[in-house]
Amino acid sequence: MSELRNILTDSVNGLFGDRVTRELLTRFDETGDDGGIWAEVEAQGLTRPLVSEENGGVGGEWRDAHVLLSAAGFHSAPVPLAETILASWLAERAGLPVPEGMATIIDGSDGSLTIAGDGGSAKLSGTVARVPWASKAETALVVAAQDGGVMVGAVRLSDARDISASQNMAREPRDDVSFDGAPVRVAHLPNDLPRDVILQYGAMVRAAQIAGAMDKVLTQTVQYANERTQFGKPLGKFQAIQQELSRMAGEAASSGVIAEAPFAALDAGQNPEWQIAAAKARTSEAAGVGATVGHQTHGAIGFTYEHSLHFATRRLWSWRSEFGGARFWARRLGTRAVDRGVENFWADIVSG
Amino acid sequence: MGFFNFEPATLPPEAEALRPEVRAFLAEALKDKRPVDRAWNWMGHDQDFSRKVGEKGWLGMTWPTEYGGGGRTFFERYVVMEEMLAAGAPVQAHWVADRQSGPLLLRFGTEEQRKFFLPQIISGNACFCIGMSEPDSGSDLAATRTKAEKVDGGWKVNGTKVWTSSAHLAHYMIALLRTDAEDKHGGLTQFIVDMKSPGLTVSPIINLAGNHHFNQCVFDDVFVPDDRLVGKPGGGWNQVVAELAFERSGPERYLSCIQLILELLGVAAQSRDPAMVEEVGRLSAHAMTLRRMSLSVAGKLQRGENPSLEASVVKDVGGVFEQSIPEIAARLVEEEPTLMGGDNFQQVLAFLTMEAPSFSLRGGTREILRGIIARGLGLR
Repeated sequence: MSELRNILTDSVNGLFGDRVTRELLTRFDETGDDGGIWAEVEAQGLTRPLVSEENGGVGGEWRDAHVLLSAAGFHSAPVPLAETILASWLAERAGLPVPEGMATIIDGSDGSLTIAGDGGSAKLSGTVARVPWASKAETALVVAAQDGGVMVGAVRLSDARDISASQNMAREPRDDVSFDGAPVRVAHLPNDLPRDVILQYGAMVRAAQIAGAMDKVLTQTVQYANERTQFGKPLGKFQAIQQELSRMAGEAASSGVIAEAPFAALDAGQNPEWQIAAAKARTSEAAGVGATVGHQTHGAIGFTYEHSLHFATRRLWSWRSEFGGARFWARRLGTRAVDRGVENFWADIVSG
Repeated sequence: MGFFNFEPATLPPEAEALRPEVRAFLAEALKDKRPVDRAWNWMGHDQDFSRKVGEKGWLGMTWPTEYGGGGRTFFERYVVMEEMLAAGAPVQAHWVADRQSGPLLLRFGTEEQRKFFLPQIISGNACFCIGMSEPDSGSDLAATRTKAEKVDGGWKVNGTKVWTSSAHLAHYMIALLRTDAEDKHGGLTQFIVDMKSPGLTVSPIINLAGNHHFNQCVFDDVFVPDDRLVGKPGGGWNQVVAELAFERSGPERYLSCIQLILELLGVAAQSRDPAMVEEVGRLSAHAMTLRRMSLSVAGKLQRGENPSLEASVVKDVGGVFEQSIPEIAARLVEEEPTLMGGDNFQQVLAFLTMEAPSFSLRGGTREILRGIIARGLGLR
């Protein structure tokens, strides 16, 4: 692991480990307040691992972003770190100013968002459902349709016509947003990025967060099984419990391994599409096992609001459906497989 | 965080460079194999094929050159192994020796044993079997009773081994034998037994599909010379634990049903049935994940680290995966499995449906593996 990655790993785990307490997450659930965490995240430069140093970033690799996202997932950090990292990266790649403050990403490449005009007079219109953190973020990086192609745009969310608040099960904002001629700074989508870059990279960051949350649920559950005593011995001494926790550990390990794959592919200069598909399909399937075994082992106490287990499990249940669920990405992989035929199947598994 | 160490591993260029050569070799060597033949996967036994693999320099690849080994990396060996499995090559005649018996001798054997046995393995001429399980010693390996008593110049062996895969075809057995009745774990010793030894009777145990993989091996005053003892007297338990890490670590622990995935893909490509297309994609995601995990274990072997825990995770998750495939195929495709007539899908489905129960038994049951994982989690 690089020195930078070690530093980032220590910073992010130190910050979230200290500050993202049950009390903070409870207040977030009740009021949406992050308790000042975001200011710390920005102050430590954690939102810009992929931005060059001349633009105020760290100039790191994708795997540096990966450790931040895994940690955000592990600690249930109630901030749009994943979205802001992606928005900042996309802005710089497209030649737009790197946004200040919280930012999010919106995929309008299917025509749900359109851009009219260009230069200083470009306007953004359209409606998109369930945009992560739109009601909190200052800026959105969008991919929107224009003249049969797509463009990247940066828009201020205060210029939206309407933001209709909604949430996922973890009470993270997932808001419906509509624009009606909002001023937008536009740029071409870099040639090496796909039209659905926001969908793909969004799935990639959620898979990393899921893997982090799986580790959290496993860690909490093992700890609980070693502490809670019934019939005169810790739960973890019962073979029935051991078998289930081992199964869950296998799912957590699988999640961690495949979630890292697309980040490594990007660092190696490869197209990450199939690793992204595998990562989101596999982690989204694992999430259900992690939450189920975690709760079963914790018993009734884990089903209370008072116990902290649900901060991770509600995120697992939410994130597995975001940016395409297990079936969506399995269909993509399966469609490639049937298009390419039996003779290419193994070669495609090997090459990712 | 931190229960396991699945460090990402990337195949180095010299390993990838082998792949086209292995594929070309297999395309020629296996050109007459039907899908149902390939479905035997690593249970397929063909000593002539193993000799050809030996001629290519693909056996004992990681072993020191002084014994005729290739002196190559575990990553190069990994590429050869996974290509063989993916193609359904009949590798059984060399698989066990190349995977674990050779490494056992390199680690614990005498110089004479290495010089005598390793070249035979490397040339594809020596098939090894593993004599661990007994009628009263399955998962509970330390309950081994087959005993070796010290006699003049060697050891006299009496008892019975069961579920011994390929014993009827093998030239040698690595047998775990009891040399001290009083010391449960410290009273076990490993020996190399010549399968032609007088007093050793191998009889088939036919599996539920009617196939003959495994055997019962009865030892009746079988003499094993002193120089066939492996490692230390009483060191058998620790040596076996090290050996099992090799046994559990490879890509064979998730690829047993690859032929059925290919058949399902063939049906899906014809029908474009959305449920089948989606399932093929789901299986792809699992296979890509397991391959990375398995490759990571190869990286641990390359670095000389102990892969026992991670290997158990791969074998457990891989076993669940490969065992699920006949269930999935039978649910999605409305064709009756058969070995008499039928098309390739029907034949492969029938064959693997009946073989699949063994996938979570052989090489350590699912329950034993999960016990090992639970220990790694700090639960026991």
